[in-house]
Amino acid sequence: MRRVLLSCLWLIASAASGADTDAELEPRLNRLAAELRCLVCQNQSLADSNAELAVDLKNQVRDMMRAGKSDDEIKTYLTDRYGDFVLYRPPMRTTTWLLWAGPFVLLAGGGFVLVRVLRRRQASLVAAEAQVVAGGANLDRARSLLAETPTDRRR
Amino acid sequence: MNRFLLPLGVFVLLAVFLGIGLTLNPREVPSPLIDKPAPAFTLQELHAPGKSLSAEDLKGQVWLLNVWASWCVSCREEHPLLVELGRANVVPIYGLNYKDKPDAAMAWLGEMGNPYKASIVDGDGRVGIDYGVYGVPETFVIDRDGIVRYKQIGPVTPQALKEKILPLVRKLQG
Repeated sequence: MRRVLLSCLWLIASAASGADTDAELEPRLNRLAAELRCLVCQNQSLADSNAELAVDLKNQVRDMMRAGKSDDEIKTYLTDRYGDFVLYRPPMRTTTWLLWAGPFVLLAGGGFVLVRVLRRRQASLVAAEAQVVAGGANLDRARSLLAETPTDRRR
Repeated sequence: MNRFLLPLGVFVLLAVFLGIGLTLNPREVPSPLIDKPAPAFTLQELHAPGKSLSAEDLKGQVWLLNVWASWCVSCREEHPLLVELGRANVVPIYGLNYKDKPDAAMAWLGEMGNPYKASIVDGDGRVGIDYGVYGVPETFVIDRDGIVRYKQIGPVTPQALKEKILPLVRKLQG
Protein backbone atom coordinates (compact mmCIF):
# COMPACT_ATOMS: atom_id res chain seq x y z
CA MET A 1 0.00 0.00 0.00
CA ARG A 2 2.72 2.32 1.06
CA ARG A 3 4.74 1.51 -2.01
CA VAL A 4 1.72 2.26 -4.23
CA LEU A 5 1.23 5.60 -2.52
CA LEU A 6 4.86 6.48 -2.90
CA SER A 7 4.94 5.60 -6.56
CA CYS A 8 1.76 7.68 -7.04
CA LEU A 9 3.47 10.62 -5.38
CA TRP A 10 6.53 10.13 -7.53
CA LEU A 11 4.36 10.04 -10.65
CA ILE A 12 2.54 13.24 -9.68
CA ALA A 13 5.80 14.97 -8.85
CA SER A 14 7.45 13.99 -12.11
CA ALA A 15 4.35 14.97 -14.07
CA ALA A 16 4.20 18.34 -12.34
CA SER A 17 7.83 19.11 -12.99
CA GLY A 18 7.51 17.92 -16.57
CA ALA A 19 9.94 15.64 -18.27
CA ASP A 20 11.83 18.38 -20.09
CA THR A 21 12.11 21.13 -17.52
CA ASP A 22 15.40 22.75 -16.89
CA ALA A 23 15.92 23.98 -13.34
CA GLU A 24 18.23 26.70 -14.57
CA LEU A 25 15.93 27.88 -17.31
CA GLU A 26 12.67 28.05 -15.38
CA PRO A 27 13.28 31.30 -13.43
CA ARG A 28 14.34 33.05 -16.64
CA LEU A 29 11.38 31.59 -18.51
CA ASN A 30 8.98 32.73 -15.80
CA ARG A 31 10.46 36.21 -15.71
CA LEU A 32 10.09 36.59 -19.47
CA ALA A 33 6.67 34.92 -19.62
CA ALA A 34 5.37 37.36 -16.98
CA GLU A 35 6.04 40.17 -19.45
CA LEU A 36 4.26 38.48 -22.32
CA ARG A 37 0.55 38.55 -22.82
CA CYS A 38 -1.47 35.44 -23.46
CA LEU A 39 -3.49 35.99 -26.62
CA VAL A 40 -6.29 33.64 -25.73
CA CYS A 41 -7.10 35.01 -22.28
CA GLN A 42 -5.96 38.53 -22.83
CA ASN A 43 -5.77 39.74 -19.26
CA GLN A 44 -3.35 37.04 -18.23
CA SER A 45 0.34 36.80 -18.82
CA LEU A 46 1.85 33.82 -20.54
CA ALA A 47 3.25 32.77 -17.16
CA ASP A 48 -0.20 32.72 -15.51
CA SER A 49 -2.13 31.18 -18.34
CA ASN A 50 -2.84 27.51 -18.82
CA ALA A 51 -4.46 27.99 -22.20
CA GLU A 52 -3.18 25.53 -24.75
CA LEU A 53 -1.60 28.19 -26.91
CA ALA A 54 0.13 29.69 -23.86
CA VAL A 55 1.61 26.30 -23.02
CA ASP A 56 2.77 25.90 -26.63
CA LEU A 57 4.32 29.34 -26.63
CA LYS A 58 6.07 28.70 -23.34
CA ASN A 59 7.49 25.51 -24.79
CA GLN A 60 8.61 27.45 -27.83
CA VAL A 61 10.28 30.07 -25.64
CA ARG A 62 11.92 27.35 -23.58
CA ASP A 63 13.28 25.70 -26.74
CA MET A 64 14.63 29.01 -27.96
CA MET A 65 16.31 29.66 -24.61
CA ARG A 66 17.87 26.26 -24.76
CA ALA A 67 19.12 27.11 -28.24
CA GLY A 68 20.88 30.10 -26.69
CA LYS A 69 18.61 32.89 -27.92
CA SER A 70 18.54 36.13 -25.95
CA ASP A 71 15.36 37.58 -24.41
CA ASP A 72 15.28 40.26 -27.08
CA GLU A 73 15.52 37.71 -29.86
CA ILE A 74 12.65 35.78 -28.34
CA LYS A 75 10.55 38.92 -28.03
CA THR A 76 11.23 39.78 -31.66
CA TYR A 77 10.24 36.26 -32.64
CA LEU A 78 6.90 36.69 -30.88
CA THR A 79 6.17 40.24 -32.05
CA ASP A 80 6.90 39.19 -35.65
CA ARG A 81 4.04 36.75 -35.32
CA TYR A 82 1.59 38.31 -32.89
CA GLY A 83 2.48 42.02 -32.95
CA ASP A 84 3.38 44.38 -30.13
CA PHE A 85 0.18 43.20 -28.50
CA VAL A 86 2.06 40.33 -26.83
CA LEU A 87 4.31 42.73 -24.96
CA TYR A 88 2.97 44.09 -21.69
CA ARG A 89 5.59 46.84 -22.03
CA PRO A 90 4.99 48.29 -25.49
CA PRO A 91 8.02 49.76 -27.29
CA MET A 92 8.41 53.49 -27.89
CA ARG A 93 7.16 54.26 -31.40
CA THR A 94 5.42 57.08 -33.20
CA THR A 95 2.15 55.25 -32.63
CA THR A 96 2.78 54.70 -28.94
CA TRP A 97 4.35 57.98 -27.81
CA LEU A 98 1.01 59.24 -26.54
CA LEU A 99 0.71 56.12 -24.44
CA TRP A 100 4.08 56.76 -22.84
CA ALA A 101 3.92 60.54 -22.62
CA GLY A 102 0.20 60.75 -21.80
CA PRO A 103 0.49 60.48 -18.00
CA PHE A 104 3.22 63.12 -17.90
CA VAL A 105 1.23 65.43 -20.19
CA LEU A 106 -1.76 65.03 -17.87
CA LEU A 107 0.44 65.67 -14.83
CA ALA A 108 1.89 68.83 -16.38
CA GLY A 109 -1.61 70.00 -17.37
CA GLY A 110 -2.88 69.38 -13.84
CA GLY A 111 0.11 71.25 -12.37
CA PHE A 112 -0.54 74.19 -14.68
CA VAL A 113 -4.21 74.39 -13.66
CA LEU A 114 -3.26 74.07 -9.99
CA VAL A 115 -0.74 76.93 -10.19
CA ARG A 116 -3.27 79.13 -11.94
CA VAL A 117 -5.99 78.43 -9.42
CA LEU A 118 -3.59 79.08 -6.52
CA ARG A 119 -2.39 82.35 -8.06
CA ARG A 120 -5.94 83.51 -8.59
CA ARG A 121 -6.86 82.62 -5.03
CA GLN A 122 -3.78 84.44 -3.75
CA ALA A 123 -4.75 87.53 -5.73
CA SER A 124 -8.28 87.52 -4.38
CA LEU A 125 -6.93 87.03 -0.84
CA VAL A 126 -4.70 90.07 -1.21
CA ALA A 127 -7.66 92.08 -2.48
CA ALA A 128 -9.78 90.89 0.42
CA GLU A 129 -7.03 91.83 2.86
CA ALA A 130 -6.78 95.28 1.34
CA GLN A 131 -10.49 95.61 1.79
CA VAL A 132 -10.23 94.54 5.41
CA VAL A 133 -7.46 97.07 5.97
CA ALA A 134 -9.58 99.76 4.36
CA GLY A 135 -12.54 98.47 6.34
CA GLY A 136 -10.39 98.65 9.50
CA ALA A 137 -9.93 102.39 9.04
CA ASN A 138 -13.66 102.81 8.69
CA LEU A 139 -14.17 100.65 11.77
CA ASP A 140 -11.97 102.92 13.84
CA ARG A 141 -13.94 105.91 12.68
CA ALA A 142 -17.19 104.15 13.45
CA ARG A 143 -15.95 103.21 16.92
CA SER A 144 -14.88 106.71 17.70
CA LEU A 145 -18.22 107.99 16.45
CA LEU A 146 -20.03 105.43 18.57
CA ALA A 147 -17.91 106.38 21.54
CA GLU A 148 -18.80 110.00 21.01
CA THR A 149 -22.53 109.81 20.49
CA PRO A 150 -23.69 108.56 23.89
CA THR A 151 -21.79 111.27 25.76
CA ASP A 152 -23.19 113.88 23.42
CA ARG A 153 -26.73 112.67 24.05
CA ARG A 154 -26.24 112.60 27.74
CA ARG A 155 -25.39 116.21 27.68
CA MET B 1 -20.13 80.57 -18.39
CA ASN B 2 -16.56 80.54 -19.60
CA ARG B 3 -15.33 78.55 -16.64
CA PHE B 4 -17.58 75.60 -17.53
CA LEU B 5 -16.41 75.50 -21.11
CA LEU B 6 -13.10 73.76 -20.39
CA PRO B 7 -14.44 70.92 -18.20
CA LEU B 8 -17.28 70.45 -20.69
CA GLY B 9 -14.81 70.21 -23.55
CA VAL B 10 -12.70 67.68 -21.66
CA PHE B 11 -15.80 65.67 -20.87
CA VAL B 12 -16.99 65.60 -24.49
CA LEU B 13 -13.51 64.58 -25.69
CA LEU B 14 -13.35 61.78 -23.14
CA ALA B 15 -16.87 60.61 -24.03
CA VAL B 16 -15.95 60.47 -27.72
CA PHE B 17 -12.80 58.46 -27.03
CA LEU B 18 -14.58 56.04 -24.71
CA GLY B 19 -17.42 55.75 -27.22
CA ILE B 20 -15.00 54.75 -29.97
CA GLY B 21 -13.38 52.32 -27.53
CA LEU B 22 -16.72 50.60 -26.98
CA THR B 23 -17.15 49.85 -30.67
CA LEU B 24 -13.74 48.17 -30.99
CA ASN B 25 -13.29 44.47 -30.52
CA PRO B 26 -10.42 43.81 -28.10
CA ARG B 27 -10.25 40.17 -29.26
CA GLU B 28 -9.14 41.28 -32.68
CA VAL B 29 -5.40 41.68 -32.61
CA PRO B 30 -4.09 43.25 -35.82
CA SER B 31 -1.73 40.84 -37.49
CA PRO B 32 1.82 42.02 -38.12
CA LEU B 33 1.89 39.60 -41.07
CA ILE B 34 -0.28 41.77 -43.32
CA ASP B 35 1.72 42.78 -46.41
CA LYS B 36 4.55 40.48 -45.37
CA PRO B 37 5.53 37.16 -46.97
CA ALA B 38 3.49 34.23 -45.74
CA PRO B 39 5.64 32.14 -43.38
CA ALA B 40 7.12 29.10 -45.06
CA PHE B 41 5.91 25.63 -44.20
CA THR B 42 6.25 22.12 -45.50
CA LEU B 43 3.62 19.83 -44.06
CA GLN B 44 2.01 16.51 -44.85
CA GLU B 45 -1.34 16.44 -46.52
CA LEU B 46 -4.23 15.17 -44.42
CA HIS B 47 -5.67 12.91 -47.09
CA ALA B 48 -2.32 11.79 -48.49
CA PRO B 49 0.13 11.17 -45.68
CA GLY B 50 3.62 11.08 -47.09
CA LYS B 51 2.82 13.74 -49.64
CA SER B 52 3.89 17.14 -48.49
CA LEU B 53 2.81 20.62 -49.49
CA SER B 54 4.79 23.80 -48.97
CA ALA B 55 3.93 27.46 -49.18
CA GLU B 56 6.34 27.69 -52.11
CA ASP B 57 4.20 25.23 -54.13
CA LEU B 58 1.25 27.61 -53.94
CA LYS B 59 2.96 30.66 -55.39
CA GLY B 60 1.59 32.06 -58.62
CA GLN B 61 -2.04 32.01 -57.53
CA VAL B 62 -4.24 33.83 -55.08
CA TRP B 63 -5.29 31.40 -52.36
CA LEU B 64 -6.99 31.24 -49.00
CA LEU B 65 -5.49 29.54 -46.00
CA ASN B 66 -8.17 28.48 -43.56
CA VAL B 67 -7.05 27.33 -40.12
CA TRP B 68 -9.48 24.75 -38.80
CA ALA B 69 -9.84 21.83 -36.42
CA SER B 70 -12.47 19.25 -35.67
CA TRP B 71 -12.52 20.34 -32.02
CA CYS B 72 -13.22 23.95 -32.96
CA VAL B 73 -16.81 24.97 -32.38
CA SER B 74 -16.90 28.15 -34.48
CA CYS B 75 -15.47 26.22 -37.43
CA ARG B 76 -18.85 24.53 -37.75
CA GLU B 77 -20.39 27.96 -38.04
CA GLU B 78 -18.28 29.09 -41.00
CA HIS B 79 -17.91 25.75 -42.72
CA PRO B 80 -21.08 25.75 -44.88
CA LEU B 81 -19.95 29.10 -46.26
CA LEU B 82 -16.55 27.69 -47.15
CA VAL B 83 -18.14 24.65 -48.79
CA GLU B 84 -20.23 27.01 -50.89
CA LEU B 85 -17.18 29.09 -51.77
CA GLY B 86 -15.23 25.97 -52.68
CA ARG B 87 -18.03 24.88 -54.98
CA ALA B 88 -18.13 28.28 -56.68
CA ASN B 89 -14.49 27.75 -57.68
CA VAL B 90 -13.61 31.40 -57.21
CA VAL B 91 -10.43 30.90 -55.25
CA PRO B 92 -8.63 27.77 -54.05
CA ILE B 93 -8.94 27.16 -50.32
CA TYR B 94 -6.25 25.29 -48.46
CA GLY B 95 -6.87 24.06 -44.96
CA LEU B 96 -4.41 24.11 -42.09
CA ASN B 97 -5.60 21.39 -39.78
CA TYR B 98 -4.44 22.85 -36.48
CA LYS B 99 -3.56 20.61 -33.52
CA ASP B 100 -6.00 17.93 -34.48
CA LYS B 101 -6.12 14.16 -34.75
CA PRO B 102 -6.07 13.13 -38.43
CA ASP B 103 -8.84 10.55 -37.90
CA ALA B 104 -11.13 13.05 -36.21
CA ALA B 105 -10.30 15.67 -38.84
CA MET B 106 -11.15 13.37 -41.74
CA ALA B 107 -14.38 12.24 -40.09
CA TRP B 108 -15.32 15.88 -39.54
CA LEU B 109 -14.74 16.73 -43.20
CA GLY B 110 -16.74 13.67 -44.21
CA GLU B 111 -19.64 14.94 -42.15
CA MET B 112 -19.43 18.64 -42.96
CA GLY B 113 -18.14 18.56 -46.54
CA ASN B 114 -14.63 19.26 -47.77
CA PRO B 115 -14.08 22.63 -49.44
CA TYR B 116 -10.29 22.34 -49.43
CA LYS B 117 -8.00 21.66 -52.36
CA ALA B 118 -5.87 20.08 -49.69
CA SER B 119 -5.57 20.18 -45.94
CA ILE B 120 -2.19 20.10 -44.34
CA VAL B 121 -1.55 18.69 -40.90
CA ASP B 122 -0.09 20.97 -38.24
CA GLY B 123 -0.18 18.52 -35.38
CA ASP B 124 1.97 20.38 -32.88
CA GLY B 125 0.81 23.86 -33.90
CA ARG B 126 4.27 25.17 -34.86
CA VAL B 127 3.11 26.49 -38.23
CA GLY B 128 0.10 27.95 -36.45
CA ILE B 129 2.48 29.92 -34.23
CA ASP B 130 4.38 31.11 -37.32
CA TYR B 131 1.11 32.42 -38.72
CA GLY B 132 0.21 34.10 -35.41
CA VAL B 133 -2.83 31.90 -34.93
CA TYR B 134 -4.43 32.41 -31.54
CA GLY B 135 -8.08 31.61 -32.10
CA VAL B 136 -9.29 29.02 -34.57
CA PRO B 137 -10.81 29.54 -37.12
CA GLU B 138 -8.65 32.08 -38.90
CA THR B 139 -8.47 32.75 -42.63
CA PHE B 140 -5.66 34.34 -44.61
CA VAL B 141 -5.79 35.78 -48.10
CA ILE B 142 -2.43 35.24 -49.79
CA ASP B 143 -1.54 36.72 -53.17
CA ARG B 144 0.41 35.44 -56.18
CA ASP B 145 3.75 36.48 -54.73
CA GLY B 146 3.01 34.74 -51.46
CA ILE B 147 2.27 37.95 -49.55
CA VAL B 148 -0.40 37.89 -46.83
CA ARG B 149 -3.04 40.48 -47.74
CA TYR B 150 -5.77 39.94 -45.21
CA LYS B 151 -6.51 37.99 -42.09
CA GLN B 152 -9.94 37.10 -40.82
CA ILE B 153 -9.92 36.30 -37.13
CA GLY B 154 -12.78 34.08 -36.09
CA PRO B 155 -15.35 32.55 -38.41
CA VAL B 156 -15.78 33.91 -41.93
CA THR B 157 -19.15 35.63 -41.95
CA PRO B 158 -21.27 36.19 -45.08
CA GLN B 159 -20.68 39.90 -44.57
CA ALA B 160 -16.87 39.60 -44.32
CA LEU B 161 -16.86 37.33 -47.37
CA LYS B 162 -18.98 39.68 -49.45
CA GLU B 163 -17.46 42.96 -48.35
CA LYS B 164 -13.83 42.15 -47.75
CA ILE B 165 -12.55 38.77 -48.84
CA LEU B 166 -14.17 38.37 -52.27
CA PRO B 167 -13.51 41.96 -53.46
CA LEU B 168 -9.91 41.60 -52.33
CA VAL B 169 -9.51 38.25 -54.07
CA ARG B 170 -10.95 39.70 -57.29
CA LYS B 171 -8.64 42.67 -57.08
CA LEU B 172 -5.59 40.46 -56.49
CA GLN B 173 -6.58 38.13 -59.33
CA GLY B 174 -6.83 41.30 -61.41
